[in-house]
Amino acid sequence: MPQFDYVAPTTIDDAVKALLAAPTAKVLAGGTDLIVQMRAGRARPATVVDLKRIPGATGVRREADGGFTIGAATSGAVLGEDAALVRAWPGVVEAANLIGSTQVQGRASLGGNLCNASPAADSVPALIAARATCVIVGPAGRREAPVETIQAGPGRTTLQPGEIILEFRLPPRPKRAADAYLRLIPRTEMDIAVVGAGVSLALDDAGTITEAYVSLGAVAPTTLLVAAAGQALVGGKLTDAALEKLDAAARAACNPIDDKRGTIDYRTKIAGVLARRAAAIAYNRAEAR
Amino acid sequence: MSKIHVTAVVNGDTAEFLTDPGTTLLDALRDELGLTGSKEGCGSGDCGACSVIVDGRLVCSCLMLAAEAEGHRIETIEGMAHSGDLHPLQQKFLEHAALQCGFCTPGLLVAAKALLDTNPDPTEEETRYWLAGNLCRCTGYDKVIRAVLDAAAVLRQERRAA
Repeated sequence: MPQFDYVAPTTIDDAVKALLAAPTAKVLAGGTDLIVQMRAGRARPATVVDLKRIPGATGVRREADGGFTIGAATSGAVLGEDAALVRAWPGVVEAANLIGSTQVQGRASLGGNLCNASPAADSVPALIAARATCVIVGPAGRREAPVETIQAGPGRTTLQPGEIILEFRLPPRPKRAADAYLRLIPRTEMDIAVVGAGVSLALDDAGTITEAYVSLGAVAPTTLLVAAAGQALVGGKLTDAALEKLDAAARAACNPIDDKRGTIDYRTKIAGVLARRAAAIAYNRAEAR
Repeated sequence: MSKIHVTAVVNGDTAEFLTDPGTTLLDALRDELGLTGSKEGCGSGDCGACSVIVDGRLVCSCLMLAAEAEGHRIETIEGMAHSGDLHPLQQKFLEHAALQCGFCTPGLLVAAKALLDTNPDPTEEETRYWLAGNLCRCTGYDKVIRAVLDAAAVLRQERRAA
């Protein structure tokens, strides 16, 4: 591996200073992308700033308003073991838990998955559909930004020099609300999404959809929040006609690449199919509450 | 790039070593502590041959920096047998011939132990998913799965007897 300095600050302000001090510095959370990239020579940071000794960067906290705060470096395994989080946000947790093997789950984090900025990142469509926000700390202080504003393109983010995502916030849920995430891979485990779809719905007592958010991964340079797909579902039940509109809106938003995992036509078709199926799962989950 | 002093608990004993920032936990275990049971198969987190348990959590030691181990509790394959007595998983791997070349075996055993530590009665499907990150090119996995499920039964019986 190329040589670098390793620092493990215990305050977020010291982490920001360490990140600013070396322009090529990288933030380390679970390392399941960064360490692979360093070993391959694709990342050559002068300094690696480990977040995991900073209070707040790991762990799941239930807020008084019913929302959740998740440390950006919290491992997928910890998310999967948090019963309250799994109940409130099954789609976010199932997306995070699809990343890699059991071993990778022991380390891989939401912050790393987002900042690695792969268009195929599994947890990102679920977080965007969930209307999650990032708490970002940098030289200018603290700001909060929606998850969909972070990816700038493959491997690039909108974070400014010295900025670190410290935690994610998931909003409080109405009584009848649920989310779901589905991805297509050619086998059952250990693969990268050909397409990913996250859907989050809220229903009224009659089962009418009052809120719907749809996000698609691996069909564009960044993960998409498809407003028209969400709007296609709001105001009625999950009818065939609504699902048809959802499918069409999802396909219309796609701008994918052709590669060994899927062609443009295939990815576009599958985006509609997965959006329908994820919507059906989210709807059934919400109705069962 | 000065050396970093690391103190960790390895298989129940305090271990201290000096490491470069760019050294993985796997390389430190093998080269600094002489614990060569953990193997490097791929070096990219795909094969699981380097599996160790850190604070009760299964991880790839090739995807963790040695410096990150400071203050943590690490279990490796070397800690599995106790004073010459094989762990039931090791015994069942032998009985079911769940290995051929043996390169993946330490990782599979550590990963299977992490499973049975938290889930004493896993289904075959749960076991197969849990071990999806441990690649074996010899056995075809069937014998491995049978050995793990058999060892789980033995451990449950031992627990009932205790």
